[in-house]
Amino acid sequence: MDKATIVWVIISGLLNGSIYALIAMGLSIQYGVAKVLNLSHGEFIMVAAWLTFAFFTSFGINPLASAAITAPLFLGIGFLIHRTIFTTLRKRAPTPAAFEGNSLLVAFGLLYVVQNIALLIWGGKPRAYFWLTSGVDILGVRFALNNVIALAVAVALGVAFYVFVNRSRLGKAIRAAAQDPATAGLMGININWVLPLCFGLGALLAGIAGLLLSMCYSISTFMGIGYTVIALIVVALGGLGSIPGSFIGGFILGIVGSIVVQFESALSMVAFYALLMILLVARPKGLLGKT
Amino acid sequence: MPILEGQGVTKYFGGLAAVSNVDFHVDQGEIVGLIGPNGAGKTTLFNLISAAFPISSGEMRFKGHKLNGLKPHQICKLGVSRTFQETKVFANISVLQNVLVGAFFGTPTRVSAADAAREASQALEFVGLTAMSALPTKDLTMVNQKRTEVARALATKPELLLLDELMAGLTPAEVSEAMELVTRIRDKGITVFMVEHVMKAIIGICGRIIVLHHGEKIAEGTPQEITANKTVIEIYLGEETHAGS
Amino acid sequence: MDISKFTSKKSLLVAGLVLAILVFLATFPTYGSNSEVGIWVTILMYIILTVSWVMFSGTTGYMSLAVAAFFGIGMYTAAFLYPKSGPLLPLPAVVIMGGLVSFVFALLTGLVTLRLKGMYFAIFTFGFSVLLYHLMVYYELQIIGYRGQRLTPITNVTAFYILIIVMVLTLLAAYLIRRSRLGLAMQSIGESEDAAAHMGVNTTMVKVITFAISAFFMGAAGAALAPKWEYIDPSVAFNMFYSFMPVLMAVFGGMRELYGPVIGAAIFAYTERTLRLRFPYYYMLSFGIALILIIIYLPGGLTGLVPTLKDKLGGVIARLRKGGQSDRHANT
Repeated sequence: MDKATIVWVIISGLLNGSIYALIAMGLSIQYGVAKVLNLSHGEFIMVAAWLTFAFFTSFGINPLASAAITAPLFLGIGFLIHRTIFTTLRKRAPTPAAFEGNSLLVAFGLLYVVQNIALLIWGGKPRAYFWLTSGVDILGVRFALNNVIALAVAVALGVAFYVFVNRSRLGKAIRAAAQDPATAGLMGININWVLPLCFGLGALLAGIAGLLLSMCYSISTFMGIGYTVIALIVVALGGLGSIPGSFIGGFILGIVGSIVVQFESALSMVAFYALLMILLVARPKGLLGKT
Repeated sequence: MPILEGQGVTKYFGGLAAVSNVDFHVDQGEIVGLIGPNGAGKTTLFNLISAAFPISSGEMRFKGHKLNGLKPHQICKLGVSRTFQETKVFANISVLQNVLVGAFFGTPTRVSAADAAREASQALEFVGLTAMSALPTKDLTMVNQKRTEVARALATKPELLLLDELMAGLTPAEVSEAMELVTRIRDKGITVFMVEHVMKAIIGICGRIIVLHHGEKIAEGTPQEITANKTVIEIYLGEETHAGS
Repeated sequence: MDISKFTSKKSLLVAGLVLAILVFLATFPTYGSNSEVGIWVTILMYIILTVSWVMFSGTTGYMSLAVAAFFGIGMYTAAFLYPKSGPLLPLPAVVIMGGLVSFVFALLTGLVTLRLKGMYFAIFTFGFSVLLYHLMVYYELQIIGYRGQRLTPITNVTAFYILIIVMVLTLLAAYLIRRSRLGLAMQSIGESEDAAAHMGVNTTMVKVITFAISAFFMGAAGAALAPKWEYIDPSVAFNMFYSFMPVLMAVFGGMRELYGPVIGAAIFAYTERTLRLRFPYYYMLSFGIALILIIIYLPGGLTGLVPTLKDKLGGVIARLRKGGQSDRHANT
């Protein structure tokens, strides 16, 4: 591989990886705290991508500006969905294991609900928009400006989220609730707010990821499942429920994807899966997994 | 003649040693008690013996077989069975079906349906649950669910039975019944190793007692020796003990 | 085996009902129109998929979202063995091969993933059909150079009869497994995997074998349907929809009894066939909503209501007898 290829692999690997990290952290916090394995995660990404597209093409609002709408919107929607659907499920489930199984299936249903609503609104054909497509030179290789901006935003948001979970008071409360909801409740943490909030945070990350993806790639109503699978692979790689694991795992997958694309572009998903299988056999708890 | 022995048994969870360098043995035909304050590592030790999770270091042998690296179902087929602290009955199936699981799968060789049915009904009769064998197990009282667990474990034809806090939550009368049941189990030729907090039972039926504290073995001896042991008394001062009488 | 179980009045009634249904189905093509037979083909397909899914996921509690994967494997097996250029094997053999190839895939993937917690298994199975989709796209585009496979066609009626046979075998297998010690082992795993393992159940082998058996029937169904559809491609064969529908049907019908999935599949398959033509986008949306609502408010499914109804009915009857004495008769 020559120098240009290496630069391309690294930068595009970081770009994809940082977005994967966002998506995976979102899924991770939804499972780790709210105990919902959200199979519809990718559909939220897709909807955010479409909204960003719509804001840009219909109202001329650029993606970074529309983040001011998208972020709180998705936080709120995620919060509401958990507060209504999953909280009801939690109250009615006989055991925590039953809740996890049921919420998995509910999320599966949600996948079809969100995807088909999007189908009705935006149809099935792939679309794209173009913003800040001028070229930028990095170490001799040309990248689109929007890609570089997306990379910067994704990394910044990823690091910020990581720090938030590990350092802030609210982050500590969240981690306590993830470890032991009952005791956390006794310590004065209101589970009925923290769980939906975390689900909302996961949706927010999905929303921003979708926004950034729409800047760099074409979008379609069927793009969701692929990203859900990638998120699942990253989360399984990094250990179910581990935010740091998802963060690092996302970047690893991004770089691996960029390398694989050099040799065989259609096989990146296969490569991810192979990586997952190998890790599941060798280290079932993931890279940094909790039990 | 030790039927079960362990040397240097240690288990780490993260940085914490739940069980630390414990040497122990259980001789055939004994009823041995395992006591200690909460968090002493008693159930952890049981979980190591039954391979619920792997040992960090040390060695354990059952009738000379090394237990390291075996899976729970293999250990069961060797002849070790157990009950659980938080009762793990198969709630949505009948009592009989619970015990049938043990009868069908707990022995090293395949059993016929007829033999399994016979084993199961014998086990149920032994614990006194024959009348309830058709009921869904979740409908039983806690005491009877514990009985179901014992019958289920007995149906696997064990030579060593691990009882994890069998008497927890029982009334004094039920404790006496349980003590009598455990003695009858031993009289059938099954060695018993039991974790207990109920002192009346431990002192009443155990021939020997092992005491754990912070994962280490701190004392071992007959009930008289243990009740007179200063260290043991100290660690139990301020701990909630069930006098049971 | 206890013969008296099979000659009780209730068993004879059930056997008679089943026989009547089979006779009806066997003769249906002679008086039903081709499109009606086509609807039945869809219903039979979904019954097979749903009953197979419940065979494993219903008892063990491990949620497999890979129905589409094994269904698709069966389809592509048929595409290779029964291509338009000329069948390599007779149709029944193709159907069996479809089942066997799926069986082997399930065996291998099960051995890797069923040793782990249920969530990892669910994750793996969800992505499995997506993985196969990508693999097949790559294979078709890069290696053989064109997308999609054409098969030697078979008529609706042929597919109908083959699916009836596969369905009967699936139901038979499900019934026999339930009654067997394998079925007991699976239930014990679903209730408490820890306790089951400690009572001597080799939980991994039990899970893997059952998973593979259920995959066999899914693959057989796929192999039977591909020739009827005449053309398949990765987006048809590995469509996540075929993982979703059996779940919906099983949850709706109830998983406790054998007939629950059958009823759920029949109802939803018929609904899907009729709605798909008239409201192509809305019907999937409503199915998604239906799944959510059913899981929240009717987790036992339709047949889960039966014990509740039986209790209420029993109470009413008891009160009507002997004025007021509420004898609680044991349910049969």
